[in-house]
Amino acid sequence: MSAIRVLIVDDHRLFRSGVRAELGDSIEVIGEAEDVESAVRTIAELQPDVVLLDVHMPGGGGQEVLRRVLGSGSSVRFLALSVSDAAEDVIGVIRGGARGYVTKTISGRELTDAIRRVADGDAVFSPRLAGFVLDAFASSEAPPIDPELDSLTQREREVLRLIARGYAYKEIAKELFISVKTVETHVSSVLRKLQLSNRHELSRWATARRLV
Amino acid sequence: MADRPTIHDAAPAPPEEPALPRLIRPVEGRLVAGVAQAAAAQLRLDPVALRLAFVLLTVLDGIGAVAYAALWMFTSRELYEGREPSRDWSQVAAYGAIGLALMALGWLTGASAGGIGAWPIAVGGIGSLILWQQADPDRRQRWMNSTVGQGRQNRVRTLAGLALVVVGAIGFLVVTDELGSARPGVMFTLVVVGGVALIAAPWLAALWKELQRERRERIRQEERAEFAAHVHDSVLHTLTLIQRSANDSREVMRLARSQERELRNWLYQPKQDADASVAAAVRRVAAEEEDAHGVPIEVVCVGDCPLTPELSAMMQAARQAMVNAAKYSESSVISVYAEAEPEEVTIFVRDRGVGFDMGQVPEDRMGIRQSIIGRMERHGGSARVRTEAGEGTEVMLTMKLEKT
Repeated sequence: MSAIRVLIVDDHRLFRSGVRAELGDSIEVIGEAEDVESAVRTIAELQPDVVLLDVHMPGGGGQEVLRRVLGSGSSVRFLALSVSDAAEDVIGVIRGGARGYVTKTISGRELTDAIRRVADGDAVFSPRLAGFVLDAFASSEAPPIDPELDSLTQREREVLRLIARGYAYKEIAKELFISVKTVETHVSSVLRKLQLSNRHELSRWATARRLV
Repeated sequence: MADRPTIHDAAPAPPEEPALPRLIRPVEGRLVAGVAQAAAAQLRLDPVALRLAFVLLTVLDGIGAVAYAALWMFTSRELYEGREPSRDWSQVAAYGAIGLALMALGWLTGASAGGIGAWPIAVGGIGSLILWQQADPDRRQRWMNSTVGQGRQNRVRTLAGLALVVVGAIGFLVVTDELGSARPGVMFTLVVVGGVALIAAPWLAALWKELQRERRERIRQEERAEFAAHVHDSVLHTLTLIQRSANDSREVMRLARSQERELRNWLYQPKQDADASVAAAVRRVAAEEEDAHGVPIEVVCVGDCPLTPELSAMMQAARQAMVNAAKYSESSVISVYAEAEPEEVTIFVRDRGVGFDMGQVPEDRMGIRQSIIGRMERHGGSARVRTEAGEGTEVMLTMKLEKT
């Protein structure tokens, strides 16, 4: 298997070099960008497999990069990486099209795993993101507009709950007597719902969390 | 109108004050001694209204001046630190001019002597007061924010004010028998006023914009100052501590984590009372144990509900589980997951440490048997411990909620 080509987008130079040093051999860092402009340009130029995307950056932040790159029809995959735990940011980048969200405290090994997973087209949920999703989908009493998109299945809920409890995919598979692949399918399906659901409660919930 | 000190006027009298606060003369925004402003805050009126009232009363019988002096003597002045802001002399001059004009008018028409001639002036005065009130941007915004219907009410108010002023003016002309001869004068006045308005409008608009800009800038500066104060008290302080204990990696870690948590709470978390809700209580317990043991505890909360005595007991059990994990598991991080559902609250405390064999735990070890399982069962809940040597430990606490 050839190395996964990764572009790091972050406005902190120290952080970029830290990530570069931490990533394993299976990851090849092909470039770095420090703001929205250079990120959009470099992504178009290098066509990386995965972009590690910082949420807060000068010039509009990660969401702006997502909007411009994915808006132009590119199929580059994004993994959001941030120090922020604000629900608004987390839900914001996921709905913007990122395939996962991890915090910057993640270890190098876990980050390598997450990048590989995103490169394979799967989704990566941190415990906190899983918590947010459970909270957001549970918070509504209104009947869903589109039942398929607007609510989680029992199984998806179980998987998210285990992620929130700190379980790795492998441990979840063992716990629920399913394969890791099935766990990945469930998480991807949750990601799709999160991105496509028109339930405005999602955004409203995320905003409300910030505005209390 | 653009130079009215609406910004200062809005500053005193925050909404949550007791119903009748003591009369204190503010320093900021005062024109003479701050009496009108103090009284306005007390009566929840616009200071402009009271200022005009003082001026009017002074013109009529001199009562205004006496009342003002009396209030001045009997009220205390606000404590003010730093250089006192200077008075807005242009406004003092404006009120003086209004006073003089009223006095001249009174003398000319004999209205100050009372009688029917005074009524049109009173009507016009009330109308103009309404208009002045309407012009206050803060007040207008408040009205606009409340409901849609308020917008109409607003217009009605403005129209009523205009009508009163017009009635007052016509009434004045009728009383003085000048209505017939006023026609050419009115025409002339309209032309002059229109011309003046055309000349002054751009200038007034610019002034207004400038005022808005200044106001925004001021708010921004205040925010920045608050931010700087916070960063100074917390982050800079912690950074200093970290430098001083640079050799003690555990202490550095603890300081950094605790600062990170504090900053995150400040930035992202809704302000919560830790004694009131499950999520807040779990976060606080985790924060305290993290500080005490120097092991990062990651908390994820879903849902929330008020804290009951049973749930408080559950918090203590959860705390014990965290303490055990931090002390004995040798895990580098502990995950805590709390979920509040309508029927029950569940808390998971999980580590990826060494684990242990439940059968090997001596009967007299209080930690798990008494503090966690025993406590949960005494309060009607349940606790389950899953562990295996080398596989880490997970403590699961469940408490059913009573239907209320």
